[in-house]
Amino acid sequence: MKQQDGWERYEIRFSGSGGQGLITAAVVFAEAVGVYDGRYVCQTQSYGPEARGGKSKAEVVVSDHPIDYPKALELDLLLAMNQAACDAYFYDLKKNGILVVDSTLVEQFPTSRVIAIPFTGIARDEIGRVLVANMVALGAIGLLSGQVNLDNLEKALLARVPKGTEEMNRDALRRGIEEAGKIDLDQLPRSVMNEDEEEYP
Amino acid sequence: MSEPEQTPGRQLLQGNEAVVHGALAAGCRFFAGYPITPASEIAEHLSVLLPAVDGTFIQMEDEIASIGAVIGASLAGVKAMTATSGPGFSLMQENLGFACVAEVPCVIVNVMRGGPSTGLPTSPAQGDVQMARWGTHGDHPIVVLAVSSVLDSFSITVKAFNISEKYRVPVILLSDEVVAHTREAVRLPGRDEVKVMDRIRPSMPPDWYRPYEGDNRGVPPMAAFGDGYRHHVTGLIHDEHGYPTQNRKEIEGFHERMAGKIRRGFADIQMTRGFHTRDAEVLVIAYGSVARSALRAVEEARRQGMRAGLLQLITLFPFPRATVTPLLKQCRAVLVPEMNMGQISREVQRVNQCDCRVVKHNRVDGEFITPMEITRVLLKL
Repeated sequence: MKQQDGWERYEIRFSGSGGQGLITAAVVFAEAVGVYDGRYVCQTQSYGPEARGGKSKAEVVVSDHPIDYPKALELDLLLAMNQAACDAYFYDLKKNGILVVDSTLVEQFPTSRVIAIPFTGIARDEIGRVLVANMVALGAIGLLSGQVNLDNLEKALLARVPKGTEEMNRDALRRGIEEAGKIDLDQLPRSVMNEDEEEYP
Repeated sequence: MSEPEQTPGRQLLQGNEAVVHGALAAGCRFFAGYPITPASEIAEHLSVLLPAVDGTFIQMEDEIASIGAVIGASLAGVKAMTATSGPGFSLMQENLGFACVAEVPCVIVNVMRGGPSTGLPTSPAQGDVQMARWGTHGDHPIVVLAVSSVLDSFSITVKAFNISEKYRVPVILLSDEVVAHTREAVRLPGRDEVKVMDRIRPSMPPDWYRPYEGDNRGVPPMAAFGDGYRHHVTGLIHDEHGYPTQNRKEIEGFHERMAGKIRRGFADIQMTRGFHTRDAEVLVIAYGSVARSALRAVEEARRQGMRAGLLQLITLFPFPRATVTPLLKQCRAVLVPEMNMGQISREVQRVNQCDCRVVKHNRVDGEFITPMEITRVLLKL
């Protein structure tokens, strides 16, 4: 469908399991876009009754116009931090959307239009805390989405995290940005669908 | 992409947080409540912000006590509110009736989740609409408002307090899980941009005070306990002095005044928002978070050539018939999407004085209604 005035939205879903910090990552992203960049933004989440381990997803919708429906309709970018989330939400992506997976935890990719970065591995081995895998991912998404000023993303992050953890979080974010910078989006297949599927729907 | 700069005054807030800021801006200085998903953030933030403005926050043992404390605080002259969800709202019904009959201004926020009973704690729903109107027994005046966004959650909360103070009536503010937990970047109005109303206090000498004698609007001036005006407050039907009565004339006069004070305020209390309604042939009537899905659906239907319009209800009760009825006369069909089995569609049907077709679209599976499903039904009308 052709997008018209007032309809342009960029939709991101952060998905994985409860406890991975996906909602926090989405909130920081929304704050950077909405408060610092000054654009319209809606951030939502859904989760089960359990605090940890259950399915968790958080969404950010960005637009230059007021946003009516606050949740994602067709994803421009999907972050999957585990296999279950990747499998469950892959079909919500636009054809030319971007799938970003944590390759430490996701082994089977549903498409070859995928950006696989070992967020958890980087957090564990290079930053020293698995906890900040969400911030490594946030950095990567900040760059790949092209929707947020990266300086503002860092500012928003530092304003949100607990005192004493600023440096660790900043390092994680910067590492994510750096890792995503190595990706050439033009080298990826144009569609998340298999070409045969596209031709014979 | 814009240059890095901090946009002044903008904040990323959840609907629940905006309710808190709205309450404080309206002058609320007392909160008593008991935590419950998806309303807990309201108590959480007020527990920090109320003491900072010399207000009082109390976590009570349950919801029955919570509304009891709110009524007491209001009688003592302080603007008071509580916040809960369906299960807690059920527990509040008895004391809510007391607040209605004793004409105690207060605001009760109900962030709706899936019900009945413990239901679906983390899922959105709109199943408490009729309970908000008729949950407590007996004929009683009450006002029910519904919010659809973060900015609404601020401004309609202010309105809720204003209506409550102006008419001495409890106001139910209905939010839902989607509105409550959605974060949006907003600039909240400053102190001088917010219109705040306070209850009228008695100005006559204390001996002359008749605590339940209505003024020309039917609303009695309200003395706070400790002001020096002796008065009696009871749940029994009472005379102008506040004492129980069995006198038929006084009983009828009491009920007439109670209903009349709201009826006279209809124009002031009934709030709606119209989108593309001027030339609409098919109308969607929606409220709360669903109004946002409906707006997108209406835009899409327009794009496909249908003259569709949206009427968003902010006031649910008293039902805004002054706006709804003329639109029903204008349109050939009206669609009422709701996250319940049809609680406002029956009100729409009630005020339908012509042959406008009223179509329901109901979703009760714990999921938020999408614009696509509304468009699909709309285009068939």
